[in-house]
Amino acid sequence: MKKLSKQTISGFINYGIIIAFFLLFQILAATGNLGSSLKGQLIPICSYIIMALSLNLVVGISGELSLGHAGFMSVGAFTGVVVANSLSDHISNGIIRLLFALVIGAFVAGIAGIVIGIPVLRLRGDYLAIVTLAFGEIIKNVLNCLYVGIDSRGLHFSLKDEPSLHLEPGGRTILSGPMGALGITKLSTFFVGIVLILLVLFYIQNLVKSRPGRAIAAIRDNRIAAEACGIPVTKYKLMAFVTSAAMAGSAGALYALNFSTVVPKKFDFNTSILVLVFVVLGGIGNLRGSIIAAAVLTVLPELLREFQDYRMLAYAIVLILVMLITNNEKAMFIINNRLKSVFKKLRKERA
Amino acid sequence: MGNKDIKLVQLPSPNFVPERDANKPLMLEVSHLGIDFGGLTAVNDFNIGMSPTEISGLIGPNGAGKTTVFNLLTKVYEPTRGTILLDGKDTHGMNTIQVNQAGIARTFQNIRLFDKLTVEDNVKIGLHNSIHYHMPTGVFRLPKYWKEEKRAHDRAMELLSIFDMQDMSRYIAGSLPYGAQRRLEIVRALATEPKLLLLDEPAAGMNPSETSELMENIEKIRDEFQIAILLIEHDMNLVMGVCETIAVLNFGEIIAKGTPSDIQNNPKVIEAYLGKQEEV
Repeated sequence: MKKLSKQTISGFINYGIIIAFFLLFQILAATGNLGSSLKGQLIPICSYIIMALSLNLVVGISGELSLGHAGFMSVGAFTGVVVANSLSDHISNGIIRLLFALVIGAFVAGIAGIVIGIPVLRLRGDYLAIVTLAFGEIIKNVLNCLYVGIDSRGLHFSLKDEPSLHLEPGGRTILSGPMGALGITKLSTFFVGIVLILLVLFYIQNLVKSRPGRAIAAIRDNRIAAEACGIPVTKYKLMAFVTSAAMAGSAGALYALNFSTVVPKKFDFNTSILVLVFVVLGGIGNLRGSIIAAAVLTVLPELLREFQDYRMLAYAIVLILVMLITNNEKAMFIINNRLKSVFKKLRKERA
Repeated sequence: MGNKDIKLVQLPSPNFVPERDANKPLMLEVSHLGIDFGGLTAVNDFNIGMSPTEISGLIGPNGAGKTTVFNLLTKVYEPTRGTILLDGKDTHGMNTIQVNQAGIARTFQNIRLFDKLTVEDNVKIGLHNSIHYHMPTGVFRLPKYWKEEKRAHDRAMELLSIFDMQDMSRYIAGSLPYGAQRRLEIVRALATEPKLLLLDEPAAGMNPSETSELMENIEKIRDEFQIAILLIEHDMNLVMGVCETIAVLNFGEIIAKGTPSDIQNNPKVIEAYLGKQEEV
């Protein structure tokens, strides 16, 4: 058998972590040891992991800074809600409706990515950060006054108020402006979330080791040299950005269809920064780090709920500590050596 | 636009050695190339012609505009004046990427590798346009992916073997010693299958034995790939030893062109390098 490269093994470990995570919580749930607050966190954890992974594709692998990732999440979320709601008369199977919502949510977010990416990615420098920041705010404000309703004639849109939708009697409102989406049927399941993470992971890990992935990394390392090698820079930057936006869209749909109500304000600048924190803490370009950071930092505020008053203080301290340790070569070196010696001891004892 | 004064002028031959190469086919023909940065003329009236397997040198004092000529040839800068014909095709309106695809590859004075990628991946990025599959094939690992990647791997190894670098293929490019980084840049440029290779100070930072090895390799590359090579270099042993023709640039203009022995005896060149001799 051909010897597997280090990268391939590391990829399989990532799949293993996700599957182990799934099995652990299945066992906990089956034995009744899973608290209800943690149970409610499972799907948000999944969607935040996808958000972190997809942002890592832009920040870590393509080397651009995006500050509006929650904007794409929100596009996916509300598209997903509208799709799932409007299909409810035709398709009774929840899983199929969820899949439609995920795919169309990803598609629409991807289109938003193209619209932003085409003009901005042609520029050099930090323009993407500025424009995505603005995009996130614009999307939030547009959704804040967007009304969508459905009746027998089809979908109705309005930016004014609910009566201006002119719904037939029997029609229903899906989105109502600042109130967001109300009365969502909960379709998301933990299993679908895990499968989605695995798909996203599969996509990114295989992309990195293929021709387009190499080109994307080359542009990050040295744009001028990449151009001199005949690599169409804008095309590959756009590819990374749009793929990432689409993934964020599906994460949004998964997230929204887990709750009974979702408001546009949920996906604001703070959420974008939160996802960026996952990526930075986990290590830029490090997929496994993103997964762990997203999972731990989503659960942490819930676990700290008992210390209500000091919650954010503890959260901040944890952030600083993790930063200090992961960005300190000496500290990482010491930790690595300790771990290695522990493993060596274990091996010796076994032998 | 249409108000151009049309004048018939006698063009001087762009060849390095006109009397010798007058009837040879030209692979590269640069005429009246020039660029201004604001009011400053960095390069002016630059004319050269190169035959398909010629090794030429571009020398001159610091700040003479040598690297600017490379940047003009590869369209990092758009020339203010003049034309560049590559195999008779005008490169006007092309960008860096298209010029590379048309057949000009280069290395950089200050090394520009993909530091965080492996040596092999650096070469594979050079092979980018000769690997033929798209994103879905790559992501879903279809049979074509394995076939093309295998071919790219073999080709990368073959190219690395020019400089005996196959053993380094798994190292991170940024961690290589300086000389090896320079050699890797040449390999990466060769991977793009150029007709013309531009080497910007390939021997900078190399020791004498590495330099003489490089000289052999430059000739080997020319013979094996049948390409033209234009190099900028300050190491006169290398330039005089390997170049068949040389152009000397000073203050953005060519002051002398010819064979190495012509150049060595040219009073203008001596003046540019050593200064004017005062009459006592």
